[in-house]
Amino acid sequence: MKGQSIERDRLVDFYHMMLRIRVFEERVAELVESKDVKTACHFCIGQEAPPTGVCAALEIEDQIFGAHRSHGHYLAKGGDMRTLMAEIFCRRTGCSSGRGGSMHVCAPEVGVVGTVPIVAATIPIAVGAGMAYRLRGESNVSVAFFGDGATEEGHFHESLNLAGINQLPVLFVCENNLYSSHMGIDERRLKDNIPQSGDAHGIASMSVDGNDVEAVYQAALEAVARARSGGGPTLIEYRTFRWRGHVGPAWDYDVGVKRKDELQEWVQKDPIAATRRQLLELGVAEATLDELRHLVDDEVRGAELYARQSPRPEASEVLDHVFYQPQGVTQCAS
Amino acid sequence: MRLLNYAGAIREAHGQLLETDSRAFIIGQGLWSPWYAGSSMKDLDKQFGRERVIDSPVSENATTGAAVGAALAGMRPIVFHPRMDFMLLAVDAIVNQAANWSYVFGGQMGVPLVIRAVINRRGEQGAQHSQALQAMFAHIPGLKVVMPSTAHDAKGLLIAAHRDENPVMYIDDRALYEQECEVPEEMYEVEIGKAHVCRTGTDVTVVATSTMVPLALQAAGSLADQGIFAEVIDLRSIKPWDEACVLESVRKTGRLLVVDEAWKTYGVGAEIAATVADRGFESLRAGVRRLGLPDVPAPSSHVLEQAYYVTAEQITAEAAQLLKAGQTTRPALSIAS
Repeated sequence: MKGQSIERDRLVDFYHMMLRIRVFEERVAELVESKDVKTACHFCIGQEAPPTGVCAALEIEDQIFGAHRSHGHYLAKGGDMRTLMAEIFCRRTGCSSGRGGSMHVCAPEVGVVGTVPIVAATIPIAVGAGMAYRLRGESNVSVAFFGDGATEEGHFHESLNLAGINQLPVLFVCENNLYSSHMGIDERRLKDNIPQSGDAHGIASMSVDGNDVEAVYQAALEAVARARSGGGPTLIEYRTFRWRGHVGPAWDYDVGVKRKDELQEWVQKDPIAATRRQLLELGVAEATLDELRHLVDDEVRGAELYARQSPRPEASEVLDHVFYQPQGVTQCAS
Repeated sequence: MRLLNYAGAIREAHGQLLETDSRAFIIGQGLWSPWYAGSSMKDLDKQFGRERVIDSPVSENATTGAAVGAALAGMRPIVFHPRMDFMLLAVDAIVNQAANWSYVFGGQMGVPLVIRAVINRRGEQGAQHSQALQAMFAHIPGLKVVMPSTAHDAKGLLIAAHRDENPVMYIDDRALYEQECEVPEEMYEVEIGKAHVCRTGTDVTVVATSTMVPLALQAAGSLADQGIFAEVIDLRSIKPWDEACVLESVRKTGRLLVVDEAWKTYGVGAEIAATVADRGFESLRAGVRRLGLPDVPAPSSHVLEQAYYVTAEQITAEAAQLLKAGQTTRPALSIAS
């Protein structure tokens, strides 16, 4: 009975986190449509389970790296929602002081080292973090989150090999949403066989339902345990689907009728609705789940208010931060 | 003081950094090979272990990206590219990532990384074993670029680059590896951004980089025989570069020649010439001249190589012509003392 209640509490936490990501992004999508937000936003609506389940398997000291579609990872790893919203509004109080926008977010205090839009760019960077832990004899793991499109970059293959040959504690997490921008996976690859890249490079790999948050979590736990115990890297493919377009709030029907039909199927597999059904079956009261929704609505409203009330950077600050200056050290003019 | 050659000075700096800083490690190609890096990395793996001196697959992108990641995670890596041409495969990690990271995240994190790029050319090696790409990287905000010309500076600049909080591209040239000079045994830094006046003179300022410094000094000797006294400045640091030092010299001589053994078009010489024209125009008694490589890939044939690379004779001739040009076309305006 006790085990069951732990599982149920965990699932409530997952539900709460996925809702935070969903409601946050749906609000940002509205703000993009109303032109309150101008930065290019890539939404993960529909694929909230991989960030949630993977980050739940990590400790705060473990570090994650992401790509252009990273609001979910930032929140799931423990980043502050208010500073994320402020960054999306490009305000000085944003997590990147208004220099980053939606595609460059970070929360180093909780292990979100950074996210960047160059496809696959942070995969080798995550390998380097793993190398640092190993050199220092620490048991941390690093995680590279990327999409299926990134597996067609050279970075990906070089990184799998480098992490493999050095047996580094790295999770390569591919959120395969079946589209790279407008191109379906069958238009880009002869075979839909991303996990086989792991085999090809001699590292462990798995393919997991990316809309089943518990399955996501269990797979990540296994990979994390392997990495911490010196067993080397793992490639995990989470199969999922993004509901919105590659960029912006539109539904992306323009890339074809096929995608519209696919979307209908995937909406039926909504990870949040599925988790809600499971929780009700486990005996969680509907009122408890509704209360969580109210909490999340309030949090998102609070984040938006914080962002709107935050100052923009001063024009005179445009030259700041090109070079990093540790606190208390004065920089020489360059 | 004992003499040490350029390659030996680089080797010594790496050894001392590994010895004294547990955050230091090296990754790149050829580090376990006896010949890839000349003698500049000789036996470092034997002395410090292959955990910290990591030879790698031919994966420039992944090794450089990994070095960026390790730097972000608190290490002080040196990523080694035994030929600069091949480093072009790592441009994403260098330009998009290492150079941007501080800025795009509002200055919260630094990338204390040394990117060592070796130029290794001549010997009929052709276009993709010859390139000197300092101008390309100096163009990028967030990157520092240094090019030592002496064994002394090769050691001091590597140590300074390692201690810098930001990414520094350290470019050394195999043509200089046998050059010897006095090199202190202890660790020391040569400040990034400071040029060195190697020879003082009154008639013309010759700013030179890397391999062009010994040639400029040789040319200055020939010019002195003709009664022309050249001031030779070793730029040492391509970015940031020592504007004050160059402007002060031009105020004295009124004439400037920049010699950089890379493509002249959009090159280091163009940047220096434009800055001096902008900020030191009143000192100039003649138009600024540049010497560099023609807008052509490096050839292989020895005959073509002879025609392609810069010689001391060309530097001598260019400086002598500059003096004539200054005397005939433009009277001195207001020459500061």
